[in-house]
Amino acid sequence: MIQFEKVTKRYPGGQEALQAIDFKMDAGEMAFLTGHSGAGKSTLLKLIALIELPTSGHVFINGRSTTTTPRWRIPLFRRQIGMVFQDHKLLYDRSVFNNVALPLIVASTPRQQIAKRVRAALDQVGLLHKENAMPMALSTGEQQRVGIARAVVRKPALLIADEPTGNLDPELSQEIMAIFTRFSEVGVTVLVASHDQSLISSLNRRLITLDQGRMVDPGIGANADTGVFTGDDGNG
Amino acid sequence: MARTSKHGASLKPHARNPIRKGVGRGASVRKKAASLNLSVGGLLGHHMDAAGNSLSRLTTQPFAALMTLLVIGIALALPTGLHLLVQNARLISGEWANAVDLSVYVTPGTSEEALADLSAQIESHPLVDGLIVLTAAEALEDFKALSGFGAALDTLEENPLPATMIVRPNALDENPEKVMELAAELQALPRVDLVQLDTEWVERFHAMLDVVRRVVMVAGILLALAVLVIVGNTIRMEIQQRRDEIEITRLVGGSDAFIRRPFLYTGIWYGALGGLISVVLVTVAVHLVGGPVSRVAGLYGSDFSLRGLADLQWLWLVLGAVVLGAVGSWVAASRHLRHLETG
Ligand SMILES: Nc1ncnc2c1ncn2[C@@H]1O[C@H](COP(=O)(O)OP(=O)(O)O)[C@@H](O)[C@H]1O
Ligand SMILES: [Mg+2]
Repeated sequence: MIQFEKVTKRYPGGQEALQAIDFKMDAGEMAFLTGHSGAGKSTLLKLIALIELPTSGHVFINGRSTTTTPRWRIPLFRRQIGMVFQDHKLLYDRSVFNNVALPLIVASTPRQQIAKRVRAALDQVGLLHKENAMPMALSTGEQQRVGIARAVVRKPALLIADEPTGNLDPELSQEIMAIFTRFSEVGVTVLVASHDQSLISSLNRRLITLDQGRMVDPGIGANADTGVFTGDDGNG
Repeated sequence: MARTSKHGASLKPHARNPIRKGVGRGASVRKKAASLNLSVGGLLGHHMDAAGNSLSRLTTQPFAALMTLLVIGIALALPTGLHLLVQNARLISGEWANAVDLSVYVTPGTSEEALADLSAQIESHPLVDGLIVLTAAEALEDFKALSGFGAALDTLEENPLPATMIVRPNALDENPEKVMELAAELQALPRVDLVQLDTEWVERFHAMLDVVRRVVMVAGILLALAVLVIVGNTIRMEIQQRRDEIEITRLVGGSDAFIRRPFLYTGIWYGALGGLISVVLVTVAVHLVGGPVSRVAGLYGSDFSLRGLADLQWLWLVLGAVVLGAVGSWVAASRHLRHLETG
């Protein structure tokens, strides 16, 4: 599903955000992307979503290299991926229903199908009763669930999330992670970036750990660095 | 940091309540539209949506939109009004050209019979409406009466004036050249000494009108460019305002065409509404000026009245404005959306 081959990413004028990244995720797998703030988690997800291109190396999604994807194909490519963001990226002048419908509308989906699929997606995150609410009227946790409903409304085979629980308290974070786990159980490939070490370790999934743009051996990564991450949490 | 923002968010619903009510109404309208369009295919339906949304977006900032529309309307009304002015001036000068009589001076010493022959010949010319013949004696009487030199002229042994014919040409619609032709033909006749016509100034007037018409055309092109710039700038500002929305739409797989669509419709609406405003402005102006003009014309014994936009001219004006709006927004959207992506 996802394959990184010697991927390096250097932002213009900056240092290397990612260096020599090599990893593979199979279809249906669920993994967490961890590391300090600034380790390169967001950058890695941006390479998957074709928001950025690798400086060298290749990112393959479904066997297709992102580097060779022509500009006009990028929207089609993104329609096959569900993305969840830390800041939700909702449209605050539209109802929950219209927010979730956006990925279908941009793909010219017929209206009858839109209503059906939006309600199915809202049902999956437990927000069916809020379809006419405005996002501002929802709690942060609910807003994030709207973001997830929007990400899955097109039933993507791949779901990526960048710190989806970043602004949530532990209980709500657990809820959100449970939703991702459920999608993984029905065959969706899920990659979630998070620096919340205690939350991740409780879920017992594969870890991809980054440290200053490099991959850390996943075997050691999880427990050995816990102390460091807690310290980071305090000042971040 | 993480925790405070949660509280911040939970406070907002109360503050936002009035807005929510307003939007709720919008949502029910949208639902109605959705049920009406169930049979319409996806893409067409979305186009109609985009057009409707763009229009309703104009009403969210009614004052700014109205200002822009007025500026567009005025920019279009100016060259249109000037164009009408030139057209009307041509009509008037056409009337004047027709009103010009030709004075035909007959060679002195021409006999009465020859004069009668000549007048019959001229009268039968297809371009001639009628003529008045003044014999040399009659011409002298006329001149005496008009000049006041009666006593002085009595001392003359011989009549110095030639026989004269006042020739009235046919109504030659807007065609001063025909009058010139007639004059040349009459001049060529035997026993015609001199043909005088006073259309030279009419010609000069027409030449000047041609210059003015060119100026109006240039002004029209410049003002059309101004409309392009106004629409382009308005679209640029709207793109700035809707940056987040554009970014999010891109992230969920919106194509360039999809993202550009609402801005294109905004431009088209600006063109259409601005065009209609210009039609109203021109029509009102014609009505305001038309009354006095007719009165002046009446004083000069003419039934001339100011002509406004003819038959479907108003439609062409609006269509032209729509094209300007579409082109302006297309250029601006393509440019600024690309810029937004890289920047
Ligand atoms: N758009 C950008 N331009 C320049 N540098 C960037 C940009 N985005 C991220 N970086 C840098 O790349 C590194 C990795 O950032 P990021 O991927 O956001 O890390 P994380 O998500 O793990 O916190 C950081 O040093 C950051 O400053
Ligand atoms: Mg990040």
